[in-house]
Amino acid sequence: MSPWLNLLIGLAMGLNLIALASSRLPSLIRSAAVQGLVLGTLPLLLGHGGWMTVLFAVCTVSVKGLLIPALLERALRAAHADREVQPLVGYVPSLLLGAAAMIASVALADALPLRAEHAGSLLVVGAFSTVFSGLLLLIGRAKAIAQVCGYLILENGIYLFGLLLIRATPLIVEAGILLDLTVAIFVIGIIMDRIQREFDTLDTRKLTALRE
Amino acid sequence: MMRVMLHLGAQVLLLGLLAPLLPGLITKVKAWVAGRRGPPVLQLYYDLARLWQKSVVLSSAASPGHIAGIAVAWVATLGAALLLPLGPWASPVGFRGDAILFVYLLALARFCTTLAALETASAFEGMGAAREVSFAVLTEAAVMAGLLALGLQSASLSLSVMLLPAAGPATALLVLGLFIVLLCENCRVPFDDPNTHLELTMIHEAMVLDHSGPPLAAILHGAALKLLLFSLLLVQIVLPAGASSPALALAVLAGAVLVLTLLVGLTEALIARLAFNRVPLFLTTGFLLCLFALFVAWKAGRP
Repeated sequence: MSPWLNLLIGLAMGLNLIALASSRLPSLIRSAAVQGLVLGTLPLLLGHGGWMTVLFAVCTVSVKGLLIPALLERALRAAHADREVQPLVGYVPSLLLGAAAMIASVALADALPLRAEHAGSLLVVGAFSTVFSGLLLLIGRAKAIAQVCGYLILENGIYLFGLLLIRATPLIVEAGILLDLTVAIFVIGIIMDRIQREFDTLDTRKLTALRE
Repeated sequence: MMRVMLHLGAQVLLLGLLAPLLPGLITKVKAWVAGRRGPPVLQLYYDLARLWQKSVVLSSAASPGHIAGIAVAWVATLGAALLLPLGPWASPVGFRGDAILFVYLLALARFCTTLAALETASAFEGMGAAREVSFAVLTEAAVMAGLLALGLQSASLSLSVMLLPAAGPATALLVLGLFIVLLCENCRVPFDDPNTHLELTMIHEAMVLDHSGPPLAAILHGAALKLLLFSLLLVQIVLPAGASSPALALAVLAGAVLVLTLLVGLTEALIARLAFNRVPLFLTTGFLLCLFALFVAWKAGRP
């Protein structure tokens, strides 16, 4: 079980780096979507295998891997925005920062007193590095859609951390988080539409320029 | 002593004579994919012979450092060739830490090539030299990280021992990273086009625009030898050296280098050049792959 788990989490960590290095919005959305797909299947490997776990995995995969990316692609098409990401922090520095965060999270996970069953897995490492990559995307990209992708990746990291407690927390809590996430993406979609109508661009830097 | 000298001579002769075959093979593969017949596989041998008979035209600004730089670069590459083990035969002059010397000999060759390019006082050559060195910052870091990963896996810093065992846990990452480095170091397509003659986008070719005659032959031969060295390094990281008989091991090694050459040719035929400002990003990816290989080797080595 553990090798498959670690392989999938390693894949998700690789997708973090791809997201940090991608210069086009569609590829950024796609890597966030694939990461959602990959992480959505993890409860099947971890959980006790009841029908609730299967339902939860199906919901996560369909919301994070299919629904939200479809919404974002639609927003991108509707906005007629150009597809360049416009980084505030360049691609090479973000990539290096992401790699440094990955190594730092390994050190951090080693320092944490984990339970014996989690000691060999990459769950904590993946969680920390994914959260950091998401934060980096949120801070370092100017386009609203890229920031939403950063938010999604950040949420993926928190979700990974939550998987540590999958036997303890009721799945209804996770389902509630999923619902919150969907609503948040809806709200952000409306905000993006407003930004687009007001400024004719999705560049959030315009929001900081004060006017009367 | 006699045996060592014989071994050294045989290795230099073998690698030196076989090296110009690889660029010819790559060109042939590219021609096949494009549906052309292409130049003969031995074209680089003809070119080298022709260049060797020509006289030298020197820039009036060039000092004797120009020729000396080219000569030192060629000899340094040959010296690096001596350090590489060939399948079951360990390098005759190998010692503890020769992996570091290998990297530094290649770096010395690069330094002398760029020095010779700057000696001609041509603006284009200066530009090519600047690009060569700035990309080298990333490729050399990647090679160092990759060799350290191998060193951790085999608990040795001698190339002959490091390349002996078969694939370790980090090999997939390492091979991918070093393949990117191979393409960049040898000016293959996603980074540089060896056939281009547009000065504004050339890297290695821009450095040798004003070279002529035997010095140019030395530069071309050195570049082919470097390609062979990197291919041998990459192939031996994957393949275990302890095969049944020496002849079989040598045949496997040659076959693997051939496959790698075909792979480079296919990459070159199927992929377009990267936009110039995307090159550092791709190289950083290669460096990170090697770095993660180092990291995985380090984690795997600890209990």
